[in-house]
Amino acid sequence: MLKSRHLLGIADLEPEEIGLVLDTAEAMKEIAARPIKKVPTLRGRTVVNLFFEPSTRTRTSFEVAEKRLSADTLSIAIAQSSVTKGETLLDTVRNLEAMAPDMIVIRHASAGAPHLLARLCRSVIINAGDGMHEHPTQALLDAFTIREHKKRLDGLKVAIVGDLLHSRVLRSNVHLLNRMGADVWTCAPATLMPPDLARFGVRPTTSIDEAVDGADVVMMLRIQHERMHGHFIPSTREYFALFGLTPERVRRAKADVIIMHPGPMNRGVEIDSEVADGPYSVILEQVANGVAVRMAVLYLLAGQEGEAD
Amino acid sequence: MPQVMDADRMARALTRIAHEILERNRGTSDLALVGIRTRGVPLARRIAHSLKDINQGDVPTGALDITLYRDDLMRHAVGPQPLVRRTEIPFSIDDKRILLVDDVLYTGRTIRSALDALIDFGRPRSIQLIVLVDRGHRELPIKADYVGKNLPTSPKQSVQVRLQEIDGEDEVLLQGDAA
Repeated sequence: MLKSRHLLGIADLEPEEIGLVLDTAEAMKEIAARPIKKVPTLRGRTVVNLFFEPSTRTRTSFEVAEKRLSADTLSIAIAQSSVTKGETLLDTVRNLEAMAPDMIVIRHASAGAPHLLARLCRSVIINAGDGMHEHPTQALLDAFTIREHKKRLDGLKVAIVGDLLHSRVLRSNVHLLNRMGADVWTCAPATLMPPDLARFGVRPTTSIDEAVDGADVVMMLRIQHERMHGHFIPSTREYFALFGLTPERVRRAKADVIIMHPGPMNRGVEIDSEVADGPYSVILEQVANGVAVRMAVLYLLAGQEGEAD
Repeated sequence: MPQVMDADRMARALTRIAHEILERNRGTSDLALVGIRTRGVPLARRIAHSLKDINQGDVPTGALDITLYRDDLMRHAVGPQPLVRRTEIPFSIDDKRILLVDDVLYTGRTIRSALDALIDFGRPRSIQLIVLVDRGHRELPIKADYVGKNLPTSPKQSVQVRLQEIDGEDEVLLQGDAA
């Protein structure tokens, strides 16, 4: 079982808990192949999706997962909410809680926002991305996708390349892959490399050729223009020339390499279209697996609603 | 722990059930077996094997996990969620005569969940129920069509079916006092 009643980050999870989520997701995946893609498990439960940052994939993925488990869902788009009238996060959530939801899925630009809610609210909190901190369900679906292809996580060489500095996907993935015994390489220009990365047991490099060499998995991350307050790269063309994943660079990896990207992709910036659409790309599988993994998380946390920390 | 069924008697009961299935359905056309996880699955495979031995016909066989359909799932205030395992029904159940297989029939609640789950996969022509042991104490209006052994029990007792494929041995055990 999961030890916490919330899912705030991978940093809080033991390897057995990660294994449980992935095993449960395997069973959930079959539901998508049924004529009626729905089970009655969360009937009568209400889940609020509270997205303070734009999101297509993660929000719709949570919504589909909730609906497939028969939960009642409501999604709050912040542009149309009272937040634009100056309401604080806590007031927004307390007002929503007065309507007695069971779980709240939250994405917020500030790191720690889900942790604050977990301390002060009654509902089960699921972190759908908080600032540059964590994005636990993304790392879980990435691990699920890797495990489907490679049958294991331990001993694999995983290269994570791109805007590491601003990436919560990186942080969650490093926690998860380290914990499961993978050999993680990270690659970025020096300006986009978090200074203390080696402390987390990964191998930082500024050479994509070195990172990709012999890799089982290459995970590309987006250049996050919206979080960049300054000049981190001279130009996107130069970035592509030095750090973009091209077919030539893919050839340095293992023959059965899989190429991943959490989306949204910037074609021609971090990844060549030929690679994104190539046979080793599992980018759309990641999206499909995201629904199964989020169903697993919702199911496993739903059993712990009554519990206090 | 008293043994109420050994490997021989279990094998004979399953062979008898296979014959009853053929008699009642006049052959194996449109039949499909669906075992309820965990121990219904190997039982379904064995019955499929018996049917093939007797009748030469292959009967498609699937596995059903009913965890997500349980009526007590979200009622426990706190506690670990039961493990969800894979459902594998690699054929269409539309217009099939489904033979649902479980090891022990007790309250009937597992079977109710299984019926709900099956209906989500399509519209079978009919569903018949096979159990290795019927121990009584039904809480729902459900009855088995084929029974390996009727076993009078007290609600305080527990019936344990052990199978070669999972437990390394074929036997049925009855645990606890009848009082």
